[in-house]
Amino acid sequence: MMRFLLLFSRQGKLRLQKWFTPMTEREKKKITRDMTTMVLSRQPRSCNFLHWKDLKIIYKRYASLYFCLAIDNQENELIALEVIQRYVELLDKYFGNVCELDIIFNFEKAYFILDEFLIGGEIQETSKQMVNRSIEASDMLQEGDSSEWFEVELFG
Amino acid sequence: MPAPIRLRELIRTIRTARTQAEEREMIQKECAAIRSSFREEDNTYRCRNVAKLLYMHMLGYPAHFGQLECLKLIASQKFTDKRIGYLGAMLLLDERQDVHLLMTNCIKNDLNHSTQYVQGLALCTLGCMGSSEMCRDLAGEVEKLLKTSNSYLRKKAALCAVHVIRKVPELMEMFLPATKNLLSEKNHGVLHTSVVLLTEMCERSPDMLSHFRKNEKLVPQLVRILKNLIMSGYSPEHDVSGISDPFLQVRILRLLRILGKSDDDSSEAMNDILAQVATNTETSKNVGNAILYETVLTIMDIKSESGLRVLAINILGRFLLNNDKNIRYVALTSLLKTVQTDHNAVQRHRSTIVDCLKDLDVSIKRRAMELSFALVNGNNIRGMMKELLYFLDSCDPEFKADCASGVFLAAEKYAPSKRWHIDTIMRVLTTAGSYVRDDSVPNLIQLITNSVEMHAYTVQRLYKALLDDISQQPLVQVASWCIGEYGDLLVSGQCEEEEPIQVTEDEVLDVLEGLLVSNLSTPVTRGYSLTAIMKLSTRFSGVNRIKKVVSIYGSSIDVELQQRAVEYNALFKKYDHMRPALLERMPIMEKTATNGPTEIVQTNGETEPSVVEPKHLPPVTQPANQANDLLDLLGGNDVVPVIQTTMPTKPASAGGELLDLLGDLSLSGGPATAPASSVPTSQPSFLLDGLSSQPLFNDIAAAAIPPMTAYNKNGLKIDFTFERANPNPNVAVITIHASNSTEADMTEFVFQAAVPKTFQLQLLSPSSNVVPALNQGTVTQVIRVLNPQKQQLRMRIKLTYTLKGSPVQDLAEVNNFPAQSWQ
Repeated sequence: MMRFLLLFSRQGKLRLQKWFTPMTEREKKKITRDMTTMVLSRQPRSCNFLHWKDLKIIYKRYASLYFCLAIDNQENELIALEVIQRYVELLDKYFGNVCELDIIFNFEKAYFILDEFLIGGEIQETSKQMVNRSIEASDMLQEGDSSEWFEVELFG
Repeated sequence: MPAPIRLRELIRTIRTARTQAEEREMIQKECAAIRSSFREEDNTYRCRNVAKLLYMHMLGYPAHFGQLECLKLIASQKFTDKRIGYLGAMLLLDERQDVHLLMTNCIKNDLNHSTQYVQGLALCTLGCMGSSEMCRDLAGEVEKLLKTSNSYLRKKAALCAVHVIRKVPELMEMFLPATKNLLSEKNHGVLHTSVVLLTEMCERSPDMLSHFRKNEKLVPQLVRILKNLIMSGYSPEHDVSGISDPFLQVRILRLLRILGKSDDDSSEAMNDILAQVATNTETSKNVGNAILYETVLTIMDIKSESGLRVLAINILGRFLLNNDKNIRYVALTSLLKTVQTDHNAVQRHRSTIVDCLKDLDVSIKRRAMELSFALVNGNNIRGMMKELLYFLDSCDPEFKADCASGVFLAAEKYAPSKRWHIDTIMRVLTTAGSYVRDDSVPNLIQLITNSVEMHAYTVQRLYKALLDDISQQPLVQVASWCIGEYGDLLVSGQCEEEEPIQVTEDEVLDVLEGLLVSNLSTPVTRGYSLTAIMKLSTRFSGVNRIKKVVSIYGSSIDVELQQRAVEYNALFKKYDHMRPALLERMPIMEKTATNGPTEIVQTNGETEPSVVEPKHLPPVTQPANQANDLLDLLGGNDVVPVIQTTMPTKPASAGGELLDLLGDLSLSGGPATAPASSVPTSQPSFLLDGLSSQPLFNDIAAAAIPPMTAYNKNGLKIDFTFERANPNPNVAVITIHASNSTEADMTEFVFQAAVPKTFQLQLLSPSSNVVPALNQGTVTQVIRVLNPQKQQLRMRIKLTYTLKGSPVQDLAEVNNFPAQSWQ
C-alpha cells in the first residue's frame, strides 16, 4: 500500500499532505521535514527512487511542485510513478493546465480529487473519466445546496 | 458582526506577508475570529471557517480547536458541510483522539444515505482513518455495500473492507461471501479494488489462499481478465500510452504471484499468459516496463518452467541497457534477488552489470557493486577484480568499506595464484587502507602466513608501502606484523618475485620506531610495532638497539605498551633462554570463515561451498589423563608426559589471538622455570597453534641427519626422520613414519611419546589413525622437540592400535637417536 503522499514547493513549503496510516502531528512534521530535505537535495538527473527506513520513496518534479509518494518495500516502483502521473493528469483535467497556484488556492479540491482516486493507500478507480465525472457531480451537489450561502463562490 | 472573510481572501492575504512574524500575526488574528465564531455556534459560516483552519493547519499552525467543529459539519444535512467536515476529520482527527469515536454514528447514518456521494464520503473516510473500534462497529455496513450493484459504491466498499481487515484481521471471514462474484464485474474500478481485496485476504490467511486456489478457481478467472485486457483493442477510458489499464494488469499479476507461489497447478495455469505479457508488452514507455517488471517478479517467484525464467532474466538484461535510470535501478535490484537461484542466466549479463559501476547515480552504483560481487567466480576473477579495484579507487567513501571487504572475500575464494592474491591485497590496502574493516587485519595476517613461498615478496612490498605512507592503520598493522615476522628475509634480500631491495637492519628498525612515535599511529598500531621490534631481536644480529627501545617503553603512559615493554624486558633479562622459542616463526594457521559485504550465500551454479571448510584432519583426542597414565606406567619422575595436541577450536581471528598469545605471556616469574617441571597442558600450546602433519620447514642442510628406526615389533615399524626447524637450532623436528607389514589394517592407531624434563615436546596430529596392511601406506606424525640444553635425546613411546578386532598396546624406549639430532 501507499503510506503517504506529500506535495511541496522547491522552497519546501507544503501544499498537500495525505497520510494513509495513523501518525501523531509530531511524526508527520518530522517525516515532512525529512522528505523535503532528502528530495530537494537530490541531484537533478538521479533516479526517482529512494530508500528511507523500510519504505521506498518515489518522487517526481512537475514544474515547481515535488510529488513525493511513499510505498511499502514490496510494491512496484515503476507503477507508483504512473500513480503520480495519473494524479497530475486528473488535476490538470479539472483545473485546466494546472499550476502550483491552483493547488494553493483550491487545496480542498485537490484533496477531493485525490479521494476519488485513492482510498486507504490503494487505487479505487483506474478510469480518468470516471474520477472526473464523480468530482463534477459532487460539485453540482454543492451548488444545489439550498442556501444562498452555498454557491460555488463560497470558497472565494 | 461582519461575515468572516472568504477562504481565498485569507489565502491571498497570508501570502502577502513578508516575514514569518507578519504571517504569524495574521494567522493569530484570524484564528481568534474563527474561535469566537465557533463559540457563537454559527451554522452558516462554520464550513468557511473550518476550511480556513485547514489551510492554516497546512502551514504548520495548530488547529485542534476545530476538531469538534468538523464533527458538527459531518452531522449537517448540507453536502458542502459534509464534504469539508469529512476532509477536516481526515486531516485533524486520527484514532489517537477520543473525539474521533463520535464520528461513528454519523458515518453509520451516512453509509445509508440516499445520495451516493454522501455514502462515498463516509466510505472514504472510514477506509482512510477508521480505528479498530469504528471498523468493528461498521463492518456490517461495509459488507452490505460490498454487495450492492452500484459500482461507484462497491469499489469504495471493497477498499474499505481492505482497511477493516488490516485493522481487525479477525473480521476477514465475514467478507468472504461477498467476494464470490466480484470478479465478474465489468467495471474496472470494482475489478481493481476487488483484486486488492482478494490479495489482502490471500496474503493474510493461508486458508483463504488455498480456498481461493481450489474452490473459487481464482487463477483461471484472473487469467481470463488479463487476457482480455491485452487482446482487447483501444479503450479510451483506460488507455495509458497504448496499454489498457496498466494498474489493473499490475495488480492481477501480483495476485497471480501469490496464488502461484509453491503451487505447481496454479503456476502451470498461468504460464501462457505470463509468456504472452512478457513478449507482447510495449516497452517504449515507463508504463509498459512497469508491467514487465511485475511480470518478471511473478515469473521468478512461482514455479515457472525454465524457459520462462530465462525469458524473465533476459528482460532484466534488456532493462539494464535502457536509457531510463529508474529502469536500470529496478533491473539491478531484481537481478540481485535472482542471482542465487538463476546464477548462470544472470552471468550472461555480467559485462552490462559491470558497466553500471560507472553510472553516475549512487543507488545504481551500489546495486551494481553488490551484484558484481555475487557474480565473481573462478573463471572471471581476474577481469572482475580489475573492474572492482578500479571502482574501489574512484568510488565514494560510503562504498569503500563494503567494497574492500568484498574484494578480500572474492580474492580468498577464487585467487588464481598466491602472488595475485597478495598483490590484490596490497592494492586494496594502499588505495583504501583506512576503510578496511577491523577484522580484515587478522584475516590478512593469517593469509600471508599461509602463503609460505611469498613471505619475502610480501614483506618487501609491505615495507615499501610503509615508506610511502603510514597513515592507513590497517596497512600499517599488517606491515609491521610482517616485518616483525619476516624481517630476516627482508634484510637478506631474498625476494624472488621482484627485484630485491637493499635494506639494513637499522633502516627497518627506523621505520618501526617511527611508527611508535608518529601521531598518526593508533594505540593498537603502536602495540603491533613494538611487538614487531621485539620479534626482530631473534631475527636480526644486533640486539642492543632493540633492548634500548623496549626498555624506554617500559615507562610509557599507554598501559598496553607499558605492559608489553615490561614483559619483553623481562624476556631479555631473566628469560633470555626462552626468547628464541617464544619469538620464533609462526606456523601455518587454520583458515576460518570470513564474512563479506553481502550476507547472501554465494553459489556458483554448481554448488561450491561458500564457507571455506577447515582442512579435514582425523580427530585425535588425547585428554590429559591418558598422558598421566603414561607417567604412571613408566613410573619414573624424570619423564614428563606430553599432551598431544587435540584438534583445537580455531582461533576466531588468528592474527589477533597470536598477538594476544605473545602479549599475554605470563612470565610470572618464579619457579624453576625449568619449563618442564610441571607441565600444564597449556604450555605446549604457545609453541604451536596450527595443525599440520607436514613438517613446517624443511631445512635441506639438516637432511644430513640420518633417519632411524625407533620401533619394530609385531609387524609395526616406526621410523624417525629429522629436520631442523629454521631459524631455531634448538628445535628438532621429527617425523614418525608408521608402517604395517601384517595382513590386516591397524585401526585406531595412536602414538604417544614422553621425554625427560629438560626437554619440551609437542606432538602434532597424525595423518591418519589407520595404518594400512602390507605396507601399502604409512601414517606420519610430526614431533617437535625443544632441547635448549642440548642434552642427549631420549624418548619413551607408547603405541596402541586394534588389529583384527583385538586391541594391542606396547611401550618402548628410544635411545638410539643420532647425535646430530640433539647437538
